[in-house]
Amino acid sequence: MTKERLIVETNTTPALPRFVKLRHDKGRDRWIMLAPERILTPDPIAVEVLNLCDGVKTVGEISGHLAEIYNAPTEVIEKDIKTMLQDLADKGFLIS
Amino acid sequence: MIEAGDNNSADLCAVAPMGLLAELTHRCPLQCPYCSNPTELERSSGELSTEDWARVFKEAGELGILQTHLSGGEPTVRKDLEEILKAAVDAGIYTNLITAGVLLSRERLEGLVDIGLDHVQLSVQHVDAKLADKIAGFKGGYSKKLELAKWVKELGLPLTVNSPMHRHNVEYLEEIIEFAVKLGAERLEVAHIQYYGWAFENRHTLIPTKEQVYRNADTVDEARERLKGIMSIDFVVPDYYAVRPKPCMGGWGSSFMTISPTGKVLPCHAAASIKGLEFENVKDRHLRDIWLHSSSFNKYRGTDYLPDPCKSCEFREVDFGGCRCQAFMFTGDAKNTDPACSKSSFHKDLLEIAERESKLEPKEFLYRKFTKQQQPAE
Ligand code: SF4
Ligand code: SF4
Repeated sequence: MTKERLIVETNTTPALPRFVKLRHDKGRDRWIMLAPERILTPDPIAVEVLNLCDGVKTVGEISGHLAEIYNAPTEVIEKDIKTMLQDLADKGFLIS
Repeated sequence: MIEAGDNNSADLCAVAPMGLLAELTHRCPLQCPYCSNPTELERSSGELSTEDWARVFKEAGELGILQTHLSGGEPTVRKDLEEILKAAVDAGIYTNLITAGVLLSRERLEGLVDIGLDHVQLSVQHVDAKLADKIAGFKGGYSKKLELAKWVKELGLPLTVNSPMHRHNVEYLEEIIEFAVKLGAERLEVAHIQYYGWAFENRHTLIPTKEQVYRNADTVDEARERLKGIMSIDFVVPDYYAVRPKPCMGGWGSSFMTISPTGKVLPCHAAASIKGLEFENVKDRHLRDIWLHSSSFNKYRGTDYLPDPCKSCEFREVDFGGCRCQAFMFTGDAKNTDPACSKSSFHKDLLEIAERESKLEPKEFLYRKFTKQQQPAE
């Protein structure tokens, strides 16, 4: 069985795979994502999105939630989130 | 966290390291002729104890290390791998096991996963079982590897397949890619081997031609597009055919360290090849101290020491003048410009050697082994 590319849609329920670890790097006071041979440093907004990726909430719900907090149009937020998550999926760091 | 400072300007670039290559042993059942271990292997009787490693990982976590590669030799040769792994996990470090896969049972792997192992990197010498076993100098290794790959996936761990590239498999890249996809690997590393240590001794029978390397690059480009989101591919060309050198892990002593089986702390896994460098041992000093103040780390930190052409080159802060080990091997002085750079006066020679040797009839491999006095204890 070969894998298929995950395409991030509004009804996708994104989550980080077990081997991708999002954690706070105390010594350097920043958030990091640890993955095989990679250390990513997501910006604060990305961290907020990633903390909402629990495999239950959809991309649409996450966008709606953040749109409310930041008082911004959902479509704009959703577009940004999809781009960011698709990029992660293409690196193999996102499942649904 | 480390404070930069003191009066030593080299300390300014001494931010905390992020990666630690832990060479747990030089013992290995395989004998790959391109092994990156030093040609003078360290004996098992001098290896760090379980307690030593446990302390090292604690110190490493405090220092800021985020990832570790448990490597060797073959790390699974160590009977206390479980305890060592646990110390790394307890220190909050992301753990990667680099293995040839021929010694691990399913039960043992399961145990490691339970302790908290994050990732397995499996070396695959060739897609052809016979040739794979010939390169590794180990019969039956290939089928054991397939089994291990299957277990890794069954246990839900990510898998990287690592196929070092050279003349004897360079024409099989497409097959290697398909093979890794079939194994379910998330990542494939197809780095052309670099010619230090054992590989240097075998260069004349390992180095591919320039055309072969360029074809590999095209194959990788095509596969990356096709396999987006399925498998990522890291590809590295041999320095000999590069125009500019690879940046050395973000610069010497900037983000990475290696600890040898006996506890020597090295700025790079090949640093022992540079004559005249003295290395400190984790048994004598705190890791943080060694990182900040040892002469081997400070000697080539930053870029101030670099002579021309690097001194006046715009890429100085990009590639840090390339590889110190290669500079030493070729020019006799590790602070020189890496001969892989086309601006180095040695570059012509490097290219000439590569082109000449890549066309020689392949000879028998000189297999990696302990020299007589260095027979491992078991
Ligand atoms: S001259 Fe030095 S700094 Fe410039 S590209 Fe070559 S190795 Fe890099
Ligand atoms: S000095 Fe050379 S061998 Fe060592 S890490 Fe840097 S590039 Fe690699």
